[in-house]
Amino acid sequence: MCTLAHVFEAASLSTVTITSIRAVGERMRPPRVLHCEFPLGRPLGKTNDPEFQHDVLRRAFSLLERESGPVLEDHPNEIVADEEPLSCTVPPRFDPDLAPAVDEARGLRKAYDRALGRRGVSEVGNAVDADGVPHALDVLQNIVNGTPWKEAGIPGGHTTALANDIRAYYEEAALELTDAPNPGGHQTEDWFFERTEAGKLVLAVRKALAAQGAPQPVWFFMAPMYRS
Amino acid sequence: MAEQPSGDALIRAQVGQQPVPEFSETAWTVPPPLAEAKVAVVTSAALYPRDGESFTVTDTSYRALDHAERQLVMGHWSPNFDRSAFGIDYNVVYPLARLDELVEQGVIGSVASKHYAFAGNQPDDVATIRYDSGPACAAELKADGVDVVFLTPV
Repeated sequence: MCTLAHVFEAASLSTVTITSIRAVGERMRPPRVLHCEFPLGRPLGKTNDPEFQHDVLRRAFSLLERESGPVLEDHPNEIVADEEPLSCTVPPRFDPDLAPAVDEARGLRKAYDRALGRRGVSEVGNAVDADGVPHALDVLQNIVNGTPWKEAGIPGGHTTALANDIRAYYEEAALELTDAPNPGGHQTEDWFFERTEAGKLVLAVRKALAAQGAPQPVWFFMAPMYRS
Repeated sequence: MAEQPSGDALIRAQVGQQPVPEFSETAWTVPPPLAEAKVAVVTSAALYPRDGESFTVTDTSYRALDHAERQLVMGHWSPNFDRSAFGIDYNVVYPLARLDELVEQGVIGSVASKHYAFAGNQPDDVATIRYDSGPACAAELKADGVDVVFLTPV
């Protein structure tokens, strides 16, 4: 964003940039920056809170009144991501012959479909569609069980895209099942990686891929860098 | 025992130490009064229309988004942020409803007919963004009569 701000401003457009990482704004010096210490992925701070979002916009646009720059100001509110996993039960085991994550994903399908019907769009689909999620989890389970990763038939051929699809399938379904549908930052991520069989499997397959000698880009970006 | 840093704190520390392109000068364009300005959003959230072209993992191109189109996919590849927030309320990343309200209130003059999404990818020298897709996007913004660009990351 900071590079684009420089480019746009040089093209006679006035810019205001929200930054999430203050050090980047400090060093890149775009014309006008409002640094917002909010959960990453939420540059306007709070979902479903128009009043707060308007406050961010008002503070950002006020920087347009400055006569010279660069200028970097901080939004006065810091919002720390809520790290309490989303309150959302996962489906009970239904078919004991299936890997737990596969059984779980099948159980979430109706909730995922409700989410898709409500929003009309889904983040699932870069490597697999919703129909392909259970099979994808089966493939990941096979890798954890020892199948060489190059022989496993990873759907879509890209582990990062696949992991993102699986996570999106779960997180979108979870928002239909929870009694707290406006969670704080990281609550859905924490639920996925800490409460679901699929999330635990993604972390396990990341370790298995590394142990099998797969190049770091194959496994590292399957989950946030701070998860192990 | 010391409290474990949050995931966001760890990401901020890591990314904050990485090299960034440095610019010897900062251009400065004086905007018209905000109540007369046309405002557009440009985001690095890799948004694209439901039936549109997705972003590849190293994509430095951009997508034009009609102002009326709200069924957007967030196609960013990074796992290192809250990926659910955009689906809960797109305004937390892409605040078009808020901008429409500011027009109704007379705070801003108008909202652009098109907005733009990049994917946050850039090689170390940011050459593509600086000399190719960035200027091309700027030209589209200017052709739409935009005065002010509001830039949001994820």
